[in-house]
Amino acid sequence: MTNQRFLLICLLPLLIFSLAFLALPLMRLFLASVEGASGWAVYLEIIQKPRYLSALMQTVLVSLAVTATALVISTTAGLFLARNRFAGRGVLLSILTLPLAFPGVVVGFLIILLGGRQGLVNQLTPGHVVFAYSTFGLFLGYLYFSIPRVLLTVMAATEKLDRELEEAARSLGASPFTVVRDVILPGLGPSLVAAGAIAFATAMGAFGTAFTLATNIDVLPMVIYTEFTLSANIAMASALSIVLGLVTWALLLIARSLSGTTVAAGG
Amino acid sequence: MRFSIIKVLQLAITLLACAFLLVPAIQSVLAGLTVNYFKGVSSGLTLKWLWKVWELYADSVFLSIWLALSCLVCTIIIGVPAAYALAKNPGWISRILEEFISLPLAVPGLALALALLQLYGTMQGFRTSWSFILVGHVLYTLPFMVRSVLAVLAAIDLKTLEEGAATLGAGSLRRFCDVVVPNAMPGILAGALTVVTLSIGEFNLTWMLHTPYLKTLPVGLADSYASMRLEIASAYTLIFFVMIVPLLTAMQWASNRAQRISA
Repeated sequence: MTNQRFLLICLLPLLIFSLAFLALPLMRLFLASVEGASGWAVYLEIIQKPRYLSALMQTVLVSLAVTATALVISTTAGLFLARNRFAGRGVLLSILTLPLAFPGVVVGFLIILLGGRQGLVNQLTPGHVVFAYSTFGLFLGYLYFSIPRVLLTVMAATEKLDRELEEAARSLGASPFTVVRDVILPGLGPSLVAAGAIAFATAMGAFGTAFTLATNIDVLPMVIYTEFTLSANIAMASALSIVLGLVTWALLLIARSLSGTTVAAGG
Repeated sequence: MRFSIIKVLQLAITLLACAFLLVPAIQSVLAGLTVNYFKGVSSGLTLKWLWKVWELYADSVFLSIWLALSCLVCTIIIGVPAAYALAKNPGWISRILEEFISLPLAVPGLALALALLQLYGTMQGFRTSWSFILVGHVLYTLPFMVRSVLAVLAAIDLKTLEEGAATLGAGSLRRFCDVVVPNAMPGILAGALTVVTLSIGEFNLTWMLHTPYLKTLPVGLADSYASMRLEIASAYTLIFFVMIVPLLTAMQWASNRAQRISA
């Protein structure tokens, strides 16, 4: 057996599997989107019909808010944990990365425990404070699974930063704040963009959390789900899936080219 | 001193973030062990909710473990040889192929599930069997296995090692089994733990692919959140935590180890 032929045999299972279960299904999905009653115009409908457009806008807005908040929190915590050694650091780090493996449904449930009808906040505060089923609850849920993802990207990047630059800035009389603003943040720049793109893409595609929380919030994955299961509008569900998939894929491609990290966009 | 103020602020935000992530998780654990959650922990601790969950949902736990292990076998069989082939031919074709099989990381599970359903949904025997869910899980976890092995193989001097073995008369298959696989072990281990962890927690694809008779753990969780009392939902979540937390810890350990090797 020649070496080239052996390598081809090695690759064969992968080729067959991804042809049968990735390439062909995706092609089918695309065809299904344009085979509906409105043909190619289905993509035009997404921006013409208020229901889809508002869902799209709402998804983008929530995702942007989550991205910004997660970046602020995780960069602060990540820099702190990467630059300081103290007792209990490992515990904090574990807590902050634990939700990585939580499916979106579990995150949704945790938010219900926090802000639902029988939630902690409602029990501790006078009056009726329920926010789990609102856009704010969705925001908190997305934030819950975004914090670990951003934190890990930031910490990995911080460890690669040249500490001598910080020393130099400090010895030149820069205050800690100036060091962060003028040395650390610019150094982290590409990784922050990457982490932001990961958080944004994850939030855009998150289904489980919205599924548990949102009875009446129209985010894109929920719209796709209801179009497919309740309205049986296969063409629109397929078209929305393709648009959503293209957006998240492009974002993660940018993220990877900037930082080289791979994080699953589950949730 | 300004220095300490900044540190205190940083610490405060870090602790707040920890509290945000930890408090609801602790609540969930407590709720699963309390007699009556509305009355609080003072109503006493009990294991009866866990028993109840076991009666109702034990099947989902076994199905999830079975799926995760099958998924692991599939990703090893498909992923490890493929990673080797990709490492031996580092060209643009390999890059595109790697990028293509990584699509399931970026494209939301819901979209992939719709694609699978529309192509294979009419094949009744396949659609209603557990292997349909397995396909979804393999699709989603395969890129992790390939990339994890590929990263390790790219870091070691594969060429010299293989040449050495070839001079001693080892054929292609022999070199793959005796030289490549042992050297790739840290990558395979990290990939394997990632595959199992992700498979057990997978919901987005599974929810669309499952049938009423085939409920995985996360699907069962969603079901209990919608229809069971809070204590049962919490106890069920507790069982999930007990399974996933050690796996996640092991996965992070193995990934760091593999990364040190490939760095």
